[in-house]
Amino acid sequence: MIFTADSRFHRQLIVVNGLLPALLMLVDGWRGKLGANPVEFVTRATGVLTLVFLVLTLLVTPLRKIFGWNWLLKQRRLIGLYAFFYSVAHLLTYLVGDRDWQILTVAEDVYKRPFIAVGMISFILMVPLAVTSTNAMIKKMGGKRWAQLHKLTYLITIGGVVHYYMIVKSDITYPVFFGVITAVLLGYRAVMSFAKA
Amino acid sequence: MSGSPKIPSSEITPEETFLNRRFFMKSAVWAGSSLATAGLYQAFAPRAEIKDVGQVITTVSEPEIQSVLAADEKVNSYGEIAGYNNYYEFSTDKSEVADKARNFVINPWSVELGGLVHQPRTFDLESLLKIGSVERTYRFRCVEGWSMVIPWVGFPLSRLLSLVQPMSQATHVAFETYYDIKQMPDSGSAGIDLPYIEGLRLDEAMHPLTLMATGLYGKTLPNQNGAPIRLVVPWKYGFKSIKSVVKITLTDKEPATTWSLANSREYGFYSNVNPTVDHPRWSQARERRIGESGTRETFMFNGYAEQVASLYAGMDLRKLF
Repeated sequence: MIFTADSRFHRQLIVVNGLLPALLMLVDGWRGKLGANPVEFVTRATGVLTLVFLVLTLLVTPLRKIFGWNWLLKQRRLIGLYAFFYSVAHLLTYLVGDRDWQILTVAEDVYKRPFIAVGMISFILMVPLAVTSTNAMIKKMGGKRWAQLHKLTYLITIGGVVHYYMIVKSDITYPVFFGVITAVLLGYRAVMSFAKA
Repeated sequence: MSGSPKIPSSEITPEETFLNRRFFMKSAVWAGSSLATAGLYQAFAPRAEIKDVGQVITTVSEPEIQSVLAADEKVNSYGEIAGYNNYYEFSTDKSEVADKARNFVINPWSVELGGLVHQPRTFDLESLLKIGSVERTYRFRCVEGWSMVIPWVGFPLSRLLSLVQPMSQATHVAFETYYDIKQMPDSGSAGIDLPYIEGLRLDEAMHPLTLMATGLYGKTLPNQNGAPIRLVVPWKYGFKSIKSVVKITLTDKEPATTWSLANSREYGFYSNVNPTVDHPRWSQARERRIGESGTRETFMFNGYAEQVASLYAGMDLRKLF
């Protein structure tokens, strides 16, 4: 990939803004300002950030098609990697905070709690996407196959929204918010491919 | 293209100006985007500082009620208790309730006692406080899996009920929370029917541990904790301990309760703390004590089995959860 001055600038912007919530959370944690239940807050925040970055990757195609912002394409894998980064943080918070590092109890938990299973499946599906996010992997796989594989993002995002919807007690505002955005972004693709056919 | 018009040299931006403008634009984007990101994070981050605005309540000592806390259990701080609340009328974000309930009007206040009683009566706050306050430090276990130790101030509910003389056919007590959408504008998205209603069996209501709390840490309750008066049933999940009570009705049947109306599979009428009966979506075997790292074991009836287990003798607590 060739980096122009502009794409370097875009990249730096995304790197810094993507890292900022994590840094602010670390600072708040250091100062003991994560509220009465820091584990709950960090779990929710990292989960929501994962969804935010997943949705942002899905936003790239419509923005290119509608506004011609083709420069976004160069940054999409970085945005996706941030989704993966926050999902790893989310999983680690769960392992430390909810499971007390008792890794063996995770299997039982996945079996007992369907929303954990849905989250875990979505996470596992993200791993191959993160692994194949380098230029070398695109070359090795071939652009078409690579793009096919990375359509898994659709399933992952739906899984993430369902996972969120399943855990809230009664106020479904945020899961529905992400659900609507995801539906619009995936619906856009469906309509476009239908129009093409 | 050969036909492109010549741009007069006066209209070409000098390189220096161009670079300056670019630098300025870039700086603006840097500042704008990072401020927006940080601002978004802050909007969702837990609110800081909880101010103690309560007035001192005089209490009498009651040596007969022994503290049942284990040696390693510490009372939670005022900031923890008043900064982390489930009060869906104000917000479903526990760290936001204190802020949203700041201007809740609790004066004047009255609690209407009626139903199957010989002496129905409406109490104002002053006459409720005259019943006489004691200090009770109880464990508080939320159905969500977290817990605290809270130094309440209040009086046993039995003393209030005896003032209105329940009729012999009364078997249950129904409670209702104050509700006003104008004061609770975010309640529309709570996802539960309001006003919030709860209930107890009469023998549970008359149990000496069952408290009407009017204070915390020796002072009047903060709004977010259910001011000016709330129920505290320490051996049941926290949602049974209904806040900001305006109505208490004696009945001869099991009253409907908000959470079992919302989801009867997940929340039962009894909702006794029970580590052996899991919530359908999570385990109840352990709990996260606020202020501690790691989790601790959840006790049967929240550690009050000795005092209350006899109320449920012979009952299948798996069915009557």
